Amino acid sequence: MNSDMNAEKVRHPVLWTTLFTILSLLWIYPIVLVLINSFKNKTYIASNPFSWPSGKEFAGWSNFTTGVSRTNFFASFGWTVVITVGSVALILLCTSMAAWWIVRVNDWVAKTLYTLFLFNMIVPFQMVMYTLSGLADDLGLNTPWGLWIVYLGFGAGLAVFIFTGAVKGIPRDLEESAMIDGASVPRIFFQIIVPLLRPTIVSVGILETMWIWNDYLLPYLSLDTNRFMTISIAVQYLKGGYGSVDMGAMMACLVLAILPIVIFYLFCQKYIVKGVLAGAVKG
Amino acid sequence: MTTTSGKTIRRWWALFALPTFLAFIIGFIVPFILGVYLSFCDFNTIKDATPIGFKNYAKAFQDSEFWVALGQTVSFAIVTTIIINVVGFAIAYMLTKAIRGATIFRSIFFMPNLIGGIILGWVWQLLLNGILQQWGASLTLSKNYGFWGLVILVCWQQIGYMMIIYIAGLQAVPTDILEAAEVDGANGRQKLFDIIIPLMMPSITVCTFLTITNGFKMFDQNLALTGGAPANESELVALNIYRTFYDRMGFEGVGQAKAVIFFIIVAIVAMLQNKLTTSREVQA
Repeated sequence: MNSDMNAEKVRHPVLWTTLFTILSLLWIYPIVLVLINSFKNKTYIASNPFSWPSGKEFAGWSNFTTGVSRTNFFASFGWTVVITVGSVALILLCTSMAAWWIVRVNDWVAKTLYTLFLFNMIVPFQMVMYTLSGLADDLGLNTPWGLWIVYLGFGAGLAVFIFTGAVKGIPRDLEESAMIDGASVPRIFFQIIVPLLRPTIVSVGILETMWIWNDYLLPYLSLDTNRFMTISIAVQYLKGGYGSVDMGAMMACLVLAILPIVIFYLFCQKYIVKGVLAGAVKG
Repeated sequence: MTTTSGKTIRRWWALFALPTFLAFIIGFIVPFILGVYLSFCDFNTIKDATPIGFKNYAKAFQDSEFWVALGQTVSFAIVTTIIINVVGFAIAYMLTKAIRGATIFRSIFFMPNLIGGIILGWVWQLLLNGILQQWGASLTLSKNYGFWGLVILVCWQQIGYMMIIYIAGLQAVPTDILEAAEVDGANGRQKLFDIIIPLMMPSITVCTFLTITNGFKMFDQNLALTGGAPANESELVALNIYRTFYDRMGFEGVGQAKAVIFFIIVAIVAMLQNKLTTSREVQA
């Protein structure tokens, strides 16, 4: 994204910068509004969300303490980390291996497998949500580490698809000469192929992280929610049974959910953009 | 055709292909086949299913709420696909030009995509209810508020995502073609519509594909923003299916039948749309 050097000139550059500045400010306004309201007493959030929290409206950190204790927020945060990191690591390892095997073997078994993975990409989650969550329960996969396997299974399609595309671009010569030199197949994969796949691994990793970190329905239906929650489940859980929501606690939880993402974004933006582009493939 | 090295690699199937395939069986193949089977059954749990033929489908077809939700989903997918792609493309087009701060603007427009749908639903509930309150209204007062609120939310979220893809596409448009056109006296408008947009068809295909399927599958934002209120009128089809499964006793089979119908529609739309836009692609 850094080819601005030879970018075409535009008429009225100042006007455009001003326009985009205003648009950008409008763009982040919803988030800023939540941040402001997280410091406001809950009764004033509903009656006037646009006011500044001063005087009797100012709630200090009280929304955060209620929000955190009511949702057990930090535990949910921890479980979200466990689920996301474990699933993404497992997906990267297993699907890259499977993709290499599929491309290099390329017999009818490999081709059938590949077709099945492609098919997986167009099936919406609603199609399997009932049976998948039932199965996860029966097999004892209703734990964060059980979800690693569920995510590997349901999310395999896109990852295999992107990895096979990358493997096809790697010439066979290297691995063939290594094989003549007596290197074992696993060694060839991990020492020759994996380093060449590194940019793709990063992209797929980012793409899967964005999906799994934010996913709501799959963990909500599959996890034993009495024991484990994710951030999204915890936030939705605040709504409770019949409508009444503690908007103060809600605002605080929203801030706590958004903040780590923004920090992560500041450091990994370059990779995130690459991940988005890797995922921009025709289904 | 399998090469000699391929034959050696094939022997390692248990290490390389099996783990993914086993998880795939548990996480996709069995649930999918079981899902199709259960759509022809009466059941309360997976184990007590009895086949009843097409009765679930008959009930699904007679359920007017399902058709309302489906129709609403189609409108939603069309409206969001148009707005997101037109605005996303326009912003990308301007931000590939020499504008001060372009990199920061890109970062800001993309940011909402990193935040989960449930979180975004609540964020926008605060803002939209705050605005509607000025006229004594709220998101849950009428289904129109819920619908257009969701449109605004999803456009705000996805414009930045498609912008990233369009920027990459625009930067790959060969400059020599544009310079040649300039020499031939083409103006900015002609360059955009006669050269850039035709060359951008691959990006446009991908982005419309993503936005249409995202629109059809929309769930989290719908659930958190209005939850279907008032009286399930603002619900889209994914939420309708969910509610049929989990909020109506004895309707699990109907829910599964709706899910199969939904899957078929999504698959057809994806294939049609892909065929339609791919046929318009040109080579530079």
